Amino acid sequence: MAKLQGLFFGLATLVLVVVSTIYFMKDWLPPLRSDRIAIDDGIGVTLLVTGLVFIATNVLLGFFAWRYQDKPGAQAAYWHHNAKLEWTWTLVTAGIMFMFLFHALGLWASIQKTPPANAMLVEVVAQQFAWNIRYPGKDGIFGRTDAKLVDPGGFNFIGLDKSDPNAADDLVLPQNQLYLPVDQPVRVRILSLDVIHSFFLPNFRVKQDAMPGMAIEIWFTPKQVGDYEIACAEHCGLGHYRMRGQVHVVQAAGLDTAIAAAIE
Amino acid sequence: MAHAETAAAEAHAHAGHAPQAFIWKYVFSTDHKVIGIQYYVTAMLMALIAGTLAMLIRLQLAWPEKTFPALNFLTKGYTDGVMNPEFYAMLFTMHGTIMVFFVLSTAPVSGFGNMLIPLQVGARDMAFPFLNGLSYWTFLPGCIVILSSFFVGAGAAAGGWTSYPPLSALRSAVPGSEMGQTLWIIGMVFFIASFTMGGLNFVTTILNLRTKGLSMMRMPMTMWAMFLVAVLGLLSFPALTAASLMLLFDRHFATSFFVPSGLVLSGQLVNHQGGSPLLWQHLFWFLGHPEVYILMLPALGFTSDILVAFCRKPIFGYKAMVGAMIAISGLSFVVWGHHMFVSGMSPYLGMAFAVGTMLIAVPSAVKVFNWLATLWRSRIIFTTPMLWALGVVSLFISGGLSGIWLGQTALDIHFHDTYFVVAHFHLIMAGAALFGVFGATAFWFPKMFGRMMHDGLGKWHFWFTFLAYYCTFFPMHYIGLAGHMRRIYDPYQYEFLKQFQPLNQFITISAFILGTSQILFFVNFFWSAFRGKKASENPWNAAGLEWTTPSPPPHGNWPGEIPEVHRWPFDYSVPGAEKDFVMQTDPAPIGDKAGSH
Repeated sequence: MAKLQGLFFGLATLVLVVVSTIYFMKDWLPPLRSDRIAIDDGIGVTLLVTGLVFIATNVLLGFFAWRYQDKPGAQAAYWHHNAKLEWTWTLVTAGIMFMFLFHALGLWASIQKTPPANAMLVEVVAQQFAWNIRYPGKDGIFGRTDAKLVDPGGFNFIGLDKSDPNAADDLVLPQNQLYLPVDQPVRVRILSLDVIHSFFLPNFRVKQDAMPGMAIEIWFTPKQVGDYEIACAEHCGLGHYRMRGQVHVVQAAGLDTAIAAAIE
Repeated sequence: MAHAETAAAEAHAHAGHAPQAFIWKYVFSTDHKVIGIQYYVTAMLMALIAGTLAMLIRLQLAWPEKTFPALNFLTKGYTDGVMNPEFYAMLFTMHGTIMVFFVLSTAPVSGFGNMLIPLQVGARDMAFPFLNGLSYWTFLPGCIVILSSFFVGAGAAAGGWTSYPPLSALRSAVPGSEMGQTLWIIGMVFFIASFTMGGLNFVTTILNLRTKGLSMMRMPMTMWAMFLVAVLGLLSFPALTAASLMLLFDRHFATSFFVPSGLVLSGQLVNHQGGSPLLWQHLFWFLGHPEVYILMLPALGFTSDILVAFCRKPIFGYKAMVGAMIAISGLSFVVWGHHMFVSGMSPYLGMAFAVGTMLIAVPSAVKVFNWLATLWRSRIIFTTPMLWALGVVSLFISGGLSGIWLGQTALDIHFHDTYFVVAHFHLIMAGAALFGVFGATAFWFPKMFGRMMHDGLGKWHFWFTFLAYYCTFFPMHYIGLAGHMRRIYDPYQYEFLKQFQPLNQFITISAFILGTSQILFFVNFFWSAFRGKKASENPWNAAGLEWTTPSPPPHGNWPGEIPEVHRWPFDYSVPGAEKDFVMQTDPAPIGDKAGSH
């Protein structure tokens, strides 16, 4: 048994490399339905580079374990540094990391940049354990809200102040139903009424925490008509697992009708 | 050259002064070896509990639709054989808390740190033996408080191990946010106090009590790791102490550090204003990220020291290895925000934290390359500790590379709070730390109990654990890519996750095998401690200072004078040497690292 340990370790490493590579070749990401393809591309490049390093280092590890197992007459080298080699791999690694970093910062900046002027505005107010959706209506301005006015019994979940003129045309949808136009940028203003939630759209590569006390805006462009899921990604209490909503991406021309129908 | 000894340690040295009564010798001991074992055994028992919690988590994820009437005895957890969602939240909260603080900080740092520091630096004991004993007896109440929280009112804390407010601050937000969360805070305060006492002892002992000839650059990698984690702990834990006390005040004394105005919980207006939940996250992760390295650095140190002993070859790139550890420790203070990329903090901050995060990959990679270079042209003896050390290298590679995915701010948008993160930190942080502890246990067992662990049983334990560990955690990358969220009581509420139930079942079965195979370890540990083969002074033919004293070392560590050190502890296969290793205390002018300080 003892003699086979090096072989076992080498084989185990080989199996790890082969099996994990095969599975990583599969397309695991949920189908992309927004304009954030750059994230998927970034994941692809990262998979390629780290995958090659994973294979190379593991193959070396497994090979060395097998090759240098003690046997009669074997002699270990008295060799403990090589400045040139060490500087080379340090600088090469640093170079690769800087390239990743450079790319990652650019990508982050492009996601965080100011939204286009024609972007549509929608508000998502998270609460235990539902998503409240509101559109500002024709005036493009959200009416005032006040926590004191929250009245779940009267279906005023977000505390909309109906005496505010701006609130008159606000469209508040039934909970957990979000309607978005296809091919048009949307600004989503994310708030929370109670604890931290996280607005997660797996198909859109969108995730943003709903942070109590803050109104956080993100933007993206839906690219394909269809129904998708909203998930809560931040532990928010015992009902966290069922804080599920739906995004309905519709033709821009039919958006108002769809929203009106949903409110009915 | 620091080789001064304090009066306390000197007084300790005389064997006649060793306490004889059982209670002073084994219970309220001030001997670092006894305290180390106390810490270690307590941590491993805590691991059993935290591991069992993980098994229940996995059971639920694999078969949420099945009923388990046999588990109804867990009255808080199950109703008619179905798990309660609030119990699930308690499980992952307490699994994380216990594992991170009470197991994986405790066993390697407080356990092996105490056991090994005086032996590897050549001291009679730690610098402050009484403080050392006090630290253990502060730690134990922390464990008791944390565990007792399962039995109070609505149960243990359920806000996640990160205890993000307002969930953790508002007592009605989640059932465990009542008494459970308060006990969580009190338990953490005990833990931090104990860890601080330990840290002071570590730093002082390593800086001031090194024996003659032992310069810093002749220390084993384990000592470097212990020194750095003590510094990390001393600098980072105060942030959590402050945050925990502020949270306690928010909960009980109506302050508002973390709770903003305008919140409504279950239809009731929350009477707080002016606080910020983001403040907690900054404070928590200011500790939380160095904490990750507090777990990992000792394992990396053990791995280096074990690798050389069984490669029969000097460590490759010692200076770079030390430099890498220092760099990792320094950078660990400027990466905490990568836990908060989607929290709503300023995107510019996200960029700054991405820089530190990507940079930390460089010293980490250096460590892997140096280990590989150490293995190259070596002569490997496959003992149990060697297998664990190779396991650490493997996990460090597998878990480290996914850090490059997560460190890229925009990519993290998709991965944040998914199983991809769970896979990442279980491989690199939890796995490497755990494997490091198992390796260290087998390697230094002779110095703990004067006996050898059973090698055959140890190897079976390694192979089961190694394979099951990968089968459990590697597939989590795939479901994470698919968007599978963490901390979900029933994932199959979501259409897009329904397809992953079979994969979750595979993970669960692997986790059960992983959990069950730990029985091998506990059997081996207790059997060997009492019945194992008696160990000689230096059973592994290792070159370090700790192998120059009997196994187990007597009170005061060396029967006679403390030996003088003449070289680094890595002189294996030195050309011209009689044997294939040269003891650190050997004055012979051979090898490259002898003679010069």
